[in-house]
Amino acid sequence: MLKKKHLALLVSAGSITLAGMTTAQADTLEDTRDNGAVRCGVSDGLPGFSAPDDDGNWQGIDVDVCRAVAAAVLGDADAVDYISLNAVERFTALQSGEVDVLSRNTTWTTTRDTTLGLNFTGVTFYDGQGFMVSRDLGITGADELDGASICIQSGTTTELNLADYFRANDMEFNPIVFDTSEQTVGGYQAGRCDVLTSDTSQLAALRIQLDNPEGSMILSDVISKEPLGPVVRQGDDLWFNIVKWSLFAMINAEEYGVTSENVDEMTSSEDPNVARLLGQDGNYGEGMGLDADWAYNIISQVGNYAESFDRNVGMGSPLEIERGVNALWTDGGFQYAPPIR
Amino acid sequence: MSVRPNARPVGQKPPFWRDRAKRALIFQILLVAAVAAFMIYIIGNTQANLNARGITTGFGFLNNTAGFGIGQTLIEYSSQSSYGRTFIIGLLNTLLVGGLGVLAASIIGFIVGIARLSPNWLIARLANAYIETFRNIPLLLQIFFWYFAVLRSLPSARESMAFGEAIFLNVRGLYLPEPLFESGFGLIPATFVVAIVASIALVMWNKRRHEATGKRLPVFWISLVLILGLPLLILVATGVPVTWEMPELRGFNFAGGITIIPEFLALWLALSIYTASFIAEIVRSGIQAIPHGQTEAAQALSLPRKLVLRLVIIPQAMRVIIPPLTSQYLNLIKNSSLATAIGYPDLVSVFAGTTLNQTGQAIEVIAMTMAVYLIISLLVSMFMNWFNARVALVER
Repeated sequence: MLKKKHLALLVSAGSITLAGMTTAQADTLEDTRDNGAVRCGVSDGLPGFSAPDDDGNWQGIDVDVCRAVAAAVLGDADAVDYISLNAVERFTALQSGEVDVLSRNTTWTTTRDTTLGLNFTGVTFYDGQGFMVSRDLGITGADELDGASICIQSGTTTELNLADYFRANDMEFNPIVFDTSEQTVGGYQAGRCDVLTSDTSQLAALRIQLDNPEGSMILSDVISKEPLGPVVRQGDDLWFNIVKWSLFAMINAEEYGVTSENVDEMTSSEDPNVARLLGQDGNYGEGMGLDADWAYNIISQVGNYAESFDRNVGMGSPLEIERGVNALWTDGGFQYAPPIR
Repeated sequence: MSVRPNARPVGQKPPFWRDRAKRALIFQILLVAAVAAFMIYIIGNTQANLNARGITTGFGFLNNTAGFGIGQTLIEYSSQSSYGRTFIIGLLNTLLVGGLGVLAASIIGFIVGIARLSPNWLIARLANAYIETFRNIPLLLQIFFWYFAVLRSLPSARESMAFGEAIFLNVRGLYLPEPLFESGFGLIPATFVVAIVASIALVMWNKRRHEATGKRLPVFWISLVLILGLPLLILVATGVPVTWEMPELRGFNFAGGITIIPEFLALWLALSIYTASFIAEIVRSGIQAIPHGQTEAAQALSLPRKLVLRLVIIPQAMRVIIPPLTSQYLNLIKNSSLATAIGYPDLVSVFAGTTLNQTGQAIEVIAMTMAVYLIISLLVSMFMNWFNARVALVER
């Protein structure tokens, strides 16, 4: 399994080496239409964000971004080819064209945005790094973790934040770095480490996978900013706009009260914002090479941001994460989409 | 050469395309030129593609601050060290597990291989069972077994197994006392070296004397006493200038002393045991490749079984054993990259894992990592070829 993954990485790197020099201006939109499906890079299984359900269908808030793009571009939210990537493979897979959208709980940072030839299109989830500890240890705060062994997944910003946090607080730690989140949990459950660190949302997802979820608790301390969002290749602005506005359409829909349930009634809404969103007044998809009903397709097939959040990570899911900073700006949160006009 | 009817007069050179040596030279030059041109094209094309996609290239990243922690570092490292340093750390960790793995696999392999040919039914069957079990289970599963199955059965840090309040074993690893050397300790390793040199000289002298006169000294025991006894004597004479730093439970974990992390133990055990099963088979086949007449002839000279093995069989068997043994050593070193599955910070895990992901410079990082494995493997091959040439029988 592992060797295969490294092989995949090599092949991806190799394809950059051997690719012809013809990529003057890639046309991802046309390629996607020819292919009949959006090729979307997702995680190797993180409940709530991207993980296959019992029937093998991918579910999660990151998966819904893939589905929204597919609905906007192809009119069918199910027209997605999911490619499971681990943390190390993800950027190379996107750079080399193995996937066209990377929607895989990826933190937006300067290095990633400016040196990898990639662009972040927005934020699907505002996260922060936290700690999960065993209740037996009697720990109440992150400042009591001096000298702890900490399980962590390789190739994540978490590794950097962790080192920063312990250095800033003049504490020692001993990192044990695993390849996948599954192995990280394995190490934590075996008692190899006192603490498992990751983004707090992931901790919630990982905790419910433990043999004994009640035996562990998530500390309230959050030590970093982790804005998670979809990523596309640099140099194809049309595709960048499509992915960016697919998410904005979901957030705007929540703000204007359009849901997958009422979207058909809302097409006759008097509200000019709703009329523009659903393509009843003007064609705002035209500039992206899409039909006027692009946002209608997203909302009717995937739902608005609130529905996606609630279904995958919120109160309607086993993770039970509060909206918190991920609430709309009108409710005191950070989620704010530019207007459609 | 036979004289052909249309042979040229002596002294007149044939045209160069008829000259075999020159023709071969031209073909070789053409081939090298083609390979070089291909490489230049690939490198240029890669550069152009990376630039076109706005991806940073070059090795400048090696000087940037790494900013992450590593669990086992043989040399000084902090999160403020550079990415170049992470490369060294990963390389050293790979070499550590590779080197100790080769050593342990050789020892276990030779013992099991010889045991398999033992006239004792039980020993032979046990060796056989060992070989058939371990070489037929995939290595990754064995690593997981030693890591997760064995790890889970160990106690937590607060309930660790103690051996005389000095050595502790728990789920976090094996904790040993660390010797802290005081001034005057330098004498002891010096004596050790002197004793080894003296032993080598003794062995050589004994060999010459044996050939000349037929008399022999028990050099093995004399050397052992020299190498162990002399430094010990000095140690006592200088009043034992060593203090031991004992590991002790502080907060979550033991601190102080030497820690051997369980990731290392699991990987080392799995690699050694797995590779030893192949080495055992190589040793057995090497020994069995020696015609039985050799053994009988040696026995006819009334050599004891121990000496038959040491003086007649093993020297001849080594010729057969060493070439496939080299492959096993190379396999072991390359297999050590499976470390990343259990979080042992080897080169692939630290450098081709975390560093690659933090910098995003996949081509440079993967190229450096591949170059390292290539160079290690070539060096091991070179050494083994040299060793093979030395032990090979001189045909008379």
